[in-house]
Order: sequence, then C-alpha cells, then structure tokens
Amino acid sequence: MRADWRGHLRALHLLRAGDWLVLLVAIVATLAAARSLWRSDVPEHALVRLRGEVVARLSLDKPAEFRVRGPLGETLIEVQPGRARVAIDPGPRQYCVKQGWLTRAGAVAICAPNEISLQLDARRSLYDSLVY
Amino acid sequence: MNTLEIRADASDYRVARYAAAAIMLSVAEAAIPSPLPGVKPGLANIVVLLVLLRHGWHEAAWVALLRVFAANLLLGQLFAPGFFLSLAGSLFSLATLALTVSLPRRWFGPVSLSLFAAFAHMLGQMLLARVWLVPHEGLWALWPVFSAAATVFGLVNGLIVARLIAEPSVPANPESVPSS
Repeated sequence: MRADWRGHLRALHLLRAGDWLVLLVAIVATLAAARSLWRSDVPEHALVRLRGEVVARLSLDKPAEFRVRGPLGETLIEVQPGRARVAIDPGPRQYCVKQGWLTRAGAVAICAPNEISLQLDARRSLYDSLVY
Repeated sequence: MNTLEIRADASDYRVARYAAAAIMLSVAEAAIPSPLPGVKPGLANIVVLLVLLRHGWHEAAWVALLRVFAANLLLGQLFAPGFFLSLAGSLFSLATLALTVSLPRRWFGPVSLSLFAAFAHMLGQMLLARVWLVPHEGLWALWPVFSAAATVFGLVNGLIVARLIAEPSVPANPESVPSS
C-alpha cells in the first residue's frame, strides 16, 4: 500500500509551476462561486417595519426581544439565533403569530391590523415589492 | 471519364484512430451513473489533449468534433439537447485550447490545458443551457457543482495526459512518435 501511495504522489511531479497556479485559481474560483451563489438563503437580520418604515434591524446572532407599538397596541418580536417570529400581536386574526418562526431569507410575517411587519433580510431581495 | 479519388493521408488515418479511441471512451463513460446531468469525467478529452500536444490544434479539433457527432449518434442522442450542449462545450473548449496552447510549455503543462479546457467546456454548456434550455437565473446555482467537477476531472485527465506524454513508449500507442 505504501508503494502505491508513493506512486500516486509521484504523479504530482507532472505538475509544473503554472499548473499549480491554474489549479489554485480553479479551486479558489469554485469556493468563491459556492460562497457567493449558495449563501443567499442564510438571513442575518430581522427587519421590523411600522407603517412600512423600518423601526428596528435586529441581528439574528443572539436571542432578543423587541416591542413595537402600533395603532392597536404592542407587538412583541422574538429573535433567536437564525430565526425570528412575532410572539404577541393585538390583531384580531393572529395570522402573523400563527406563521411561527421565520427562518429563510426574505420570509415575511405581516400583522396588517397593527401595521407592523417582520422580515428576514436577504442579500438580494427575493421579492420586487411588497404591498399591503 | 473523370473519377474523383479521395486519398487518405497519414494524418487522416491518425485522426480516425484517435477519434475512434475518443468515441469509445465517450460511449463507455455514458454507462457511468452521474448525480447530475453534465457531471462527467470527460475521458474523451484525454485523447483530444494528446492529439493537441502531439499533432497540433487542427487535428485535435477534428478528433473532438468527430467524437461529439459519432458518440452522440451511437448513444441515440444526435441532435437531442444533450448533443448541442456537448457541441457547445467542445467548441468553447477548442477555442480556449487554441488560445492557451501557445502558453510557455515550460510553466504550463498538460494539466493547465486540461483545466482550461474543462472550464471552457462547462462555460459553453452553461451558456447554451441558460439561453436555450433553462432560461432562468436559478441555473447558476449549479455552477459551483460543475466548477468543482471541472477542477477535479480537469486535474485527473491532465495528469493522465502528462503521464502518457512523458512515457512515449507506451506499447498500446503506435502513434506516440510525433510525425512532423
């Protein structure tokens, strides 16, 4: 087995200086492509909007709570590492609360009666616009 | 009465022999299961690179294109989408090899050429797929997979070519002595 391995390693002597360079560029380009093309789904911040205006930009690194007052009363936003949700909302139908934890970039929970929305940011916007 | 006689010269026989080897490798390779269409070792490119280094770009282009047509004919894929992807990849690859074959041989050996060819092949296929088969930006999400495959197979194929070039007396290869 050892001799086998040495035989395989000897094949690397067939690489010339420029070959190593080209190989390195190919590996770096592959990693860079994976990094830039596959990372868009990991959200980094939760945006809280009141009447369409951003009132808080919460980092998804550590647990946090954020209270925001809308026309109907107070809405509680809860953040845990990598996810966020609307924990309490005074709206009558509770749609945004029932939506539960948001984990994907671009995901939105809208508490329309209280005019509050929670959105996980994406590096690239997944939606052109959002109207309610 | 005039008869038109087509005489095959040495280079014609050579191209035919190399193309036959490339076609055989393509057909054999089609039996290898692939996790994703398009991720293939591209063993026929070993033959194309060998011809390029031994006999020049012109003959390499003949071998590469004969391979695309004949292998797809044998596999029942001629003029199917896969054939056009293969053709686009080959044309991009040959164009890239035409540009890179004159790089200083002292620094850039068969592995560089193989990597360039593999990436050009991938780029040609992706561009055609993007404009024709899958007109959606989501296609680019596959890029890293193809890029990784091109890196690995480009390296391996290049090493095989380098080995074959370095040992000109491989008995299975009567064509090993450059004729020109």
